[in-house]
Amino acid sequence: MATENRKIAFICSKGDLDMAYPALIMGWAALGNGVDVTMFFTFWGLDLVTEKRVDKLEIAPVANTSFKMSMMGLPTGNLGIPNLMGIIPGMTAFASWFMKSKMKALGTPTVREYLEMLSDGGAKMYGCKMTVDMFGIKRDEFLPCIKDVVTASDFIDMTDGAQIIFI
Amino acid sequence: MVDATLASISFDAEGYMTNPSQWSKEIAESLASQEGLATLTAEHWKIIDFCRQTGLASGKAPTLRQITIGTGISTKDLFALFPKGPAKKVAKIAGLGKPEGCV
Repeated sequence: MATENRKIAFICSKGDLDMAYPALIMGWAALGNGVDVTMFFTFWGLDLVTEKRVDKLEIAPVANTSFKMSMMGLPTGNLGIPNLMGIIPGMTAFASWFMKSKMKALGTPTVREYLEMLSDGGAKMYGCKMTVDMFGIKRDEFLPCIKDVVTASDFIDMTDGAQIIFI
Repeated sequence: MVDATLASISFDAEGYMTNPSQWSKEIAESLASQEGLATLTAEHWKIIDFCRQTGLASGKAPTLRQITIGTGISTKDLFALFPKGPAKKVAKIAGLGKPEGCV
């Protein structure tokens, strides 16, 4: 074969609901374009691929300067949600529910479903050994999509020639 | 002969047919072989027919997920039948435009 296939790798380091989607959506688009996809879940990103956490991802409006009240249809322009309001018990749950409902309205799959689709489409997904050691996570706590738990050095080896995107 | 069959067909810059009514099964087979698929099995046709139906009805070629949900064929099988970018490949073979949408 004259030309090698294009390769892309995503490093998923965040566990918030909003930061879970970029890699999933772009990874799926890459697979749809015939690109080889590798995903490396590290630090908070391990929440995305842990069985007991994946359905419970949240987004907190507190200290989130992008979360504007106008998102909910209120004519408030650039006004953000006051932090004092954001700390009220239930506000994080509400913000998370709100975001999930927006994604659902677009027909976007849940994080769990996306990971399954990506795995079925051929994406290779790995957990970060250092994080696993730090948080004492056991192999059987991961979703089936995780192929292996590897080191940073392994990741650098396997992404030789790949475009790497850090999220 | 691939060239002769496709000689009178109009394509856009990315290789998608611009006039769906020019499509036929022979055209599909020529396009498929251009996409690296020498033979089309019944499973392939099931997906091509579904995409063509949906695409013509809605005006938009179906996305990957729309195909798996609409045909009941699993993601794994879809990628096995049309390796490397199934939705785009099928859209080309079915004489539709590029699929829009991120899922």
